[in-house]
Amino acid sequence: MLTSPKHGPVVVTLVLLLAIFAIGGLRYRGFLGGQVFLNLFVDNAYLIVLAVGMTFVILTGGIDLSVGAVVALSTMIAASMLQAGWSPGVVIPLILIATSVLGLLVGLMIHVFKVQPFIATLAAMFLARGLCYIISNNSISITDPFFTAFAYTRIPLGGRLSITPSVVVAVLVVIAAVVVLQYTRFGRTVYALGGGEQSGMLMGLAVARTKVLVYIISGFCSGLAGILFTFYTLSGYPLTAIGTELDAIAAVVIGGTLLTGGYGFVLGSVLGVLVLGVIQTIITFEGTLSSWWTRIFIGALLLVFIVLQKLLTARRR
Amino acid sequence: MSRVLTNRLFWPVVVLLALFAVNLVAFPGFFAIEVKNGHLFGSLVDIVRNGAPTLIIAIGMTLVIATRGIDLSVGAICAIAGAISCSIILGSPDPGNVGTVVVAVITALLVALVLGLWNGFLVAVIGVQPIIATLVLMTAGRGIAMLITEGQILTVNSAPFKTLGSGFLFGIPVAVWIAAAIFALAALLTRRTALGLFIESVGINPEASRQAGLRSRGLLFSVYTFSAVCAAIAGLVLTSNQTAADANNTGLFIELDAILAVVIGGTSLAGGRYSSSAPWWARSSSRRS
Repeated sequence: MLTSPKHGPVVVTLVLLLAIFAIGGLRYRGFLGGQVFLNLFVDNAYLIVLAVGMTFVILTGGIDLSVGAVVALSTMIAASMLQAGWSPGVVIPLILIATSVLGLLVGLMIHVFKVQPFIATLAAMFLARGLCYIISNNSISITDPFFTAFAYTRIPLGGRLSITPSVVVAVLVVIAAVVVLQYTRFGRTVYALGGGEQSGMLMGLAVARTKVLVYIISGFCSGLAGILFTFYTLSGYPLTAIGTELDAIAAVVIGGTLLTGGYGFVLGSVLGVLVLGVIQTIITFEGTLSSWWTRIFIGALLLVFIVLQKLLTARRR
Repeated sequence: MSRVLTNRLFWPVVVLLALFAVNLVAFPGFFAIEVKNGHLFGSLVDIVRNGAPTLIIAIGMTLVIATRGIDLSVGAICAIAGAISCSIILGSPDPGNVGTVVVAVITALLVALVLGLWNGFLVAVIGVQPIIATLVLMTAGRGIAMLITEGQILTVNSAPFKTLGSGFLFGIPVAVWIAAAIFALAALLTRRTALGLFIESVGINPEASRQAGLRSRGLLFSVYTFSAVCAAIAGLVLTSNQTAADANNTGLFIELDAILAVVIGGTSLAGGRYSSSAPWWARSSSRRS
């Protein structure tokens, strides 16, 4: 199991996560408390949703650089429309539709005009950031009662543990993604595309539809992540979530999804997000370590997993 | 006529000329260039000067993309180069000394050389896809730059260092001279020797080039190293222009600007075909107003 490109990296990630927890538990008092673990989900709910969307895209062998900018755009749309007095019942669906349409455009650009995913999503990234500035240059705070209620609600889990509604949303997204990828025809086609687009086409799979659909899913997830992020920060800011696309890609890679596509699991990506989160938690607990160590650790982890994947797939050949 | 139309530089040039035309109508003073204190001033000069760092990076990027690769780490390398040079200048007893600045610049370039070799190692020896191999340094690089600056924005007050980014030589900004020199060097090496042909052939088919007796591994090492050194030079120009090293923001997103410039300039991202003069046109057309 360890040497297969399918399961190997995920198992390594799980072992790594447990090891980091063990190290943290030995070094710091209170690190192994349940709330510390739950806070990983509370603080990273939006990143989990982003990583789920990104997993779909990367499984087909693509990449989506626009997610961070789309998150920012969603926070801006939410903040400005709520400020203008629209009801959350209108705003939230509108954001999800808008970001899905953006995903659709990106998907069409990639499939119909044969633009490389890297370039197409880069263009979408610039577009989304640009739109943010058109809406406003400044931070807009949100005072809408629904949003503030959503932000401050804690769901008690017994004892003194609690989570936020955002976590519930993220978990639902993960469950839906697992079901879609493992048990539907669309899910199988996603894996098939990553394994070999040409072969998929020759097998008569719906290549075009699937390829466009993964970018719609990624767009939808970015919109949803943006809304969760808005609950988290209660404001819209055009410069928010810069570099988040890198975190999402890193989480997916650390979670064992092959960047060339074809291998990987949504649950692996969730583990990847948790690894990023726990590194951040350790740095907070340590106190003296500066936050920029996070980036160096993430870079080093990326390297380890990339080389690991290389070794595993090389042996297979 | 058909030769002109099918030239890959045709559309970029047309777009650039169209943009110039729009500017001429919308802002009548756009093309005015005047001489103040012996230096050239005007919007066109500003465009070329502000575009110089991206242009320098785009030249390195062009060669990397010609080998069917990509280098995402250039922005982080900008930040590292700026951080190293500023911390050396600040740490010396005499920041205004030309010798200090030369040492700082050379150290920054040497570190970039090592970082480029690292990228080349991942791509050529380990065989990692270029976009992922350079993603490692893109992610970790800013963290490293932050370590060097210890999280501070290092402000330097050094006249020789400031010259790099905002000085003038014979009335033309020094940054433009640097960009022109790198462009000339790259053009000479790749168009007057067989190197350019080798690079293109690695981009078209690495395996076939290897079997034809090309040292594709060495070529890959050299393009990534060249790209990293270009990035460091651009980082120095940027830092000197701001007279401060900001690990978080120096060269932020410059990799995307550079890639865009290269693509607009007609280099195929699938490798194998490139035009080193292309980024010139693209660069000046994308930094408008």
